[in-house]
Parts: sequence; C-alpha cells; structure tokens
Amino acid sequence: MRRILIAAAIVLLAFLLFLPLVFVFAQALRDGWHTYVAAVTEPDTRSAIRLTLTIAAIVVPLNVAFGIVAAWALTKFEFRGKASLTTMIDLPFAVSPVIAGLIFVLLFGNSGVFGAWLKAHDIKILFAVPGMVLATLFITFPFVVRELLPIMNAEGTEAEEAAVLLGASGWQTFWRVTLPSVKWGVLYGTLLCAARAIGEFGAVSVVSGHIRGVTTTVPLHVEILYNDYQMSAAFAVSSLLTIIALVTLVAEHLLQGRIR
Amino acid sequence: MGRRTHVLPGYRITTGLTIVYLSLIVLIPLAALVVKASTLGIAQFWETVSAPRAIAAFRVSFGTALAAALVDAPIGLLVAWVLTRYSFPGRGVVDAMIDLPFALPTAVSGITLTTLYAEHGWIGAPLARLGLKVSYTWLGISLALAFIGLPFVVRSVQPVLDGFERELEEAAHVLGADRWQTLWRVILPGVFPAVLSGVGLAFARGIGEYGSVVFISGNMPFKTEIAPLLIVTKLEEYNTSGAAAIAMVLLIGSFVVLFAFNRVQQTLQRAA
Repeated sequence: MRRILIAAAIVLLAFLLFLPLVFVFAQALRDGWHTYVAAVTEPDTRSAIRLTLTIAAIVVPLNVAFGIVAAWALTKFEFRGKASLTTMIDLPFAVSPVIAGLIFVLLFGNSGVFGAWLKAHDIKILFAVPGMVLATLFITFPFVVRELLPIMNAEGTEAEEAAVLLGASGWQTFWRVTLPSVKWGVLYGTLLCAARAIGEFGAVSVVSGHIRGVTTTVPLHVEILYNDYQMSAAFAVSSLLTIIALVTLVAEHLLQGRIR
Repeated sequence: MGRRTHVLPGYRITTGLTIVYLSLIVLIPLAALVVKASTLGIAQFWETVSAPRAIAAFRVSFGTALAAALVDAPIGLLVAWVLTRYSFPGRGVVDAMIDLPFALPTAVSGITLTTLYAEHGWIGAPLARLGLKVSYTWLGISLALAFIGLPFVVRSVQPVLDGFERELEEAAHVLGADRWQTLWRVILPGVFPAVLSGVGLAFARGIGEYGSVVFISGNMPFKTEIAPLLIVTKLEEYNTSGAAAIAMVLLIGSFVVLFAFNRVQQTLQRAA
C-alpha cells in the first residue's frame, strides 16, 4: 500500500510538475547553445531584464517597509477594525491580475479619473513604468505582511514591553528586539514579494501598453517571442525566469527550517 | 479597547501609515472599479454582463476553475498524505517542488503547458493519437488551472495531517477498525475541512487566472475565451466601462467563492 501510494504521487507530480520544468530547458536548448546565448543577450531581452529589475528594485523595498509597518500595527496593538484591516490587506490575493491592471487604467487612462489632469500636465503613468510599478505594488503588497503576522503574533509583545520599560526608544526596541526575532520571516516575505514582482504577467500586461524595448518586462518579452513563433528564444528567456523560480524555491525551503 | 493606552510606541504612526498606504495602493484603485461599473446604470450593466459572449466567458472561467479545483482535491490529498506519512529518498525535493506553480511566472507555465500538450507536443502527440485534444480546449484550460491550484490543496492539508493525532488512528485500529474503516471514518472526515479550504482557494484563484491560461485556452469567443481575457479585449476596444462591468462580476464571484468555502469550513470545524 505504502509503495503504491508513493509511486502514484510521484508519477502524478512527475507529469504535472517535473516534466514542464524539464521541458522549459529542453526547448530553450533545442537549437543549441549559441542560439540560447543569443536569445538571452539580444538587446530586447537585455532591456526587458533591466526594466524588470528596475520595477522590482522600487516595489520590493516599499512593500517590505510597509509590510513591516503593517505587521507591527496589527500584532502589537488591539484596536477597533483590526480584523477588517487584516482582511483588506489580503484583498490583492483575491483579485484577478487582469483586474489589478484594469483598476489603474480606470484611474490613469485617458478617460480615467485623473486622465485629463495627467494629460494637461504631461505626466505619463499608464503605458509607462509608473503604472507598471503601481500594478506590481498592488499585486505583491500582502506577501510580507502575511508572512510576518503569524510569526509576530506567536512572539507576543512581552520582550518589546520589557525593552520599553527599561528605557529603550521605539526604534531601539524595533531594531534590537523585534527585528532580530523576525528577520527570517522578513527575508521569506521579501523573497516571495521579489519573485512575484519579477514574474508578474497579467497585471503588468494590462498597464504596459506593450511598447517593445520600452515597457516590456521579461515575462511580457516571453509572450512577444512566443507569439512571434520564436520558440527556442521564448523558452530561453523563460529558462532565466525558471532558474529564478528554482532558486526561490530552494531558498524558501532553507528559510522554512530557520523560521520553525 | 480604544481608551486603553498602548504600552508599545508607534500605534498612531504605524496604523496611520498602514491605512494610508493600503488606501493608495489597494482601496482607492478598487473603488475606482466600483465607481466606473456603477456609472453604467443597472440596465446597461446587466446588458453588458449578460451578453452571450460574456455569459460564455463566465461559464468557461467558473466551470474550468471548479473542475480544476475538484481534480486537485484527490491529487493534493494523496500528495500531502505521502509527504507527511512516508519517508522516501528525495522527499525533501518533492516537498519543495510543490510550490513550483506559485514560484514559476504564469507566462512561463502558460507557454510550457501549451507546447507540451499541443498536438505535436511531448504529451499532446500521444494523447492526440488517442483522440484527445488538450491545448486550445476546455480540457487544456482546466489542466493549467489544476497546475496552478495544486499547491493550495497540498499546503492546506499538510499541516492538518501532520498534527493529526496518531493516537486517534491507533485507537480506531485497536477498537477493531480495519485500515479502510480508519481511512473513511477517522482520517477523511478529519482532513475534509482542510481539503475544502484548499479547493476553495484553488477555485477562487482559477476564476481570475490569466497568464497560465491565456496561451493554452486558444481564446475562441463563445468557446474557450476566459473572462479575464474578455476584460482585456474590451480594454483594447477602449470600452473601459464594459471591462469594468465584467471585472465586477468576476471579482464578486471570487469573493463569494472564498466566503462560501470559508463559511462551510468553519461550520465543519466547529461541528468536529
């Protein structure tokens, strides 16, 4: 019985998870190593990588900082409306990525709420980097908070209260008492946030306007190559994202041990 | 509560910052959707969301998401069981890999599954010989959604199985229950709420899923067009209020699913 169940689980996972993984690399290297290198170093790919990293570099620090702030507010204090606030933080998880993009089109598009004003002042948010940053901020906001809430709830507030009673300032308490005890949780949340910021497709696709070489992130570049029937190039660029995903998985696994 | 003074500093600044940030990034943008959809007026809103093409898209999105979540239930339960109960070489790797669908960018999952299951693909070709078409059909969409949803079920069930009291199973055994009876009467009822919770999460995620589905779906209006794609199509036609109306239905649909599954799960847990 035991062997049958293990075998069944492994066969299912092999088809559902492992095979697609192997397939990405097989397709990426289908036309040889030179084609692969050419695909991942061509100018459009390089500008897509630059844009993706730029967006992540803006989004991740903001969401980590505000994630910590929100987790502090939600775990160190009791106040009315705390439960609803916690639910609202989870909202982006329940929203389709396409809708996450759409809402920023409704705000900043030509016929949007701020459309006329933005046009008059010649500020471009939609179909430009700021819109893509906003959509990514929306999608990735819950990750750090979600990771920190259970850890900080379990830690309680006694250590911090002792520190404050002994004369530590708020900052000192945070840096010396709270942060050291939740640092692996912060790192874990950061990792999830970064991975999603790099890989987000739907939301970014809606607000990007698909301007090749300008508002194309790596996942959007994959789509363009695929729709151009440049299969090995599409999979070559995909393989970069896959490697990032695999590194994330390994790091998550290692961190989980630390957190427990 | 409000009158209690807080021992720790930072109450005002952290709650204030959280509310401001959340409003700017999440709440105000979502409010824009509600406002936009409401400018249509009830008659026109209804006309938009009940148009045959919209109804077809909702049926594809909700139907395939439910089918995928239901397929994920037994597979997820089996995988969670094997991972928590047995030790075998490579278990750690398998366990880490469960989250691959979360970690892999959806566009990559999308083009990979599409090519794998296309008529000349590694898996698609043998299946085509059996007369089974996967890519660009309902089946393909469900497959992509099952891929995306599997971690939800496994990760919901795993901690429950892990914490399940061995004594309970042993007691059942000592009292004369055979293995099947223990499974059906003790273990399955015990993990059912967790399975349900995972299915609910997978279902809700599937309703709005875009990247992993849009490649494999083939996007034939009335047949394999998913609701999120219809939103994109309406946007490309500069029909923002139409897009907002479809989005409202989709959003409410996912909330209802999440809420309903949550409710049932809580009721079951209280009964247990």
